[in-house]
Amino acid sequence: MPLRDYSLIGPEAEKAVQKGLAAGAWYRPDIPRWQMKDLMQRRDGPAIRDTMLWIALFILSGAGGFYFWGTWWCVPFLFCYGVLYGSSTDSRWHECGHGTAFKTRWMNDAVYHIASFMIMREPVIWRWSHARHHTNTIIVGRDPEIVATRPPNLFQIYLYFFGITTVPKALQKMAIHAMGRLTEEEKTFVPESEWSKAYVIARIHLGIHALPFALAIHFGSWLPLMYFGVLPTMYGAWLGVYFGLTQHAGLAEDVLDHRLNSRTVHMNPIFRFVYWNMNYHIEHHIFPMVPYHALPKLHAIMAPDLPKPYPGTIAAYRDIIGALLRQRTDPAWTIEPELPALAKPCQPAVPGNATPAPAA
Amino acid sequence: MSSNWIEACAADAIEQEDVIRFDHGGRTFAIYRSAEDDYFATDGLCTHEQVHLADGLVMDDIIECPMHNGRFNYRTGEAKGAPVCVNLQTYPVKVEAGKVLVQLD
Repeated sequence: MPLRDYSLIGPEAEKAVQKGLAAGAWYRPDIPRWQMKDLMQRRDGPAIRDTMLWIALFILSGAGGFYFWGTWWCVPFLFCYGVLYGSSTDSRWHECGHGTAFKTRWMNDAVYHIASFMIMREPVIWRWSHARHHTNTIIVGRDPEIVATRPPNLFQIYLYFFGITTVPKALQKMAIHAMGRLTEEEKTFVPESEWSKAYVIARIHLGIHALPFALAIHFGSWLPLMYFGVLPTMYGAWLGVYFGLTQHAGLAEDVLDHRLNSRTVHMNPIFRFVYWNMNYHIEHHIFPMVPYHALPKLHAIMAPDLPKPYPGTIAAYRDIIGALLRQRTDPAWTIEPELPALAKPCQPAVPGNATPAPAA
Repeated sequence: MSSNWIEACAADAIEQEDVIRFDHGGRTFAIYRSAEDDYFATDGLCTHEQVHLADGLVMDDIIECPMHNGRFNYRTGEAKGAPVCVNLQTYPVKVEAGKVLVQLD
């Protein structure tokens, strides 16, 4: 099988359009309108509660790290601080980007912008990138957010856990945007009317990223670098990557059915707090406007149509690691989730005269 | 009654603060009923990526696209920010004899 080109401006992009995958009709279960309205209702309460707790944990872990700085006792505190900074911000960025975490718009926007800085995802570019990811989930040549390409580069995936490649790449993109340019790929999903906003925000973010370095030099201490900027994004990235890989890795490409290209994994309450329920990832992709706090309810409603959820992350990783190892030599191989006998069938084909999508 | 007033649905077919889809002449529209019992009509597809707005959520004067959180004021059609950049077309609506009528182009 020839290697696939995952760029958005290569031959696969054109093929995805020709096959009808770019504008395909996705599988959706039949859920009554009254029930969907109930599920989509916005509330401020859960996200305010979770955000207050989130801030309190930042303060506690940060204060502990500061107090014990210079001793080994600072390590567990900064370990927690790093996870909050470099991992839990992923889900805050994500949910607030969807505009579903809070009912009050400015709260979504405020947390979105703060989390965007912390996770180093420029808010304008990544809002559009993520919209595309939802339109064309794991469609090669269309989705800018495919993490585990085929054949997978396992060493690169390993480096993701420490932000060793992702953070420098994010800084490089920020510099490009700050100079008033977008990459050719970004131009395919960010409308021109948004470009100037992206340039301004990139300049602001770069300026703020310089601040901890200036403070470190001024105070002659590493401490400011541990608390904000690139370093906590890197040393705290691992749990976010651990969760993030469960979303799609090893599953089908180029299908119009989120049950075949996304994964739902049961997680414990601590993980679900950090991840804001994004473990219900099939459900989230099928109905992205259902807030994180309503996803367990949506999961219960949709369960008869979904593959059996993984009982935990260990079980998910057994499948993912096996799939990634196999895809190194057989890139066409894919995990095939088993649908319940009475589930609505897989999306059989793309519309029009397009070639049917593989029924993974 | 002007000939281009088209009957879309019964007035009570839409719940308060809700929307339904109305297809006519090969086009699709969204018909809204506000919390104050006023009726409105817009094009039925989001100007961002052609998703049916009738599957979205009505909140006050806003219709939210069910796919990407594109938000429009359904009274005026105004796009309220990314990822929607193009306003929705709106259409005059009146209620007569318990029917919602939409004046189409």
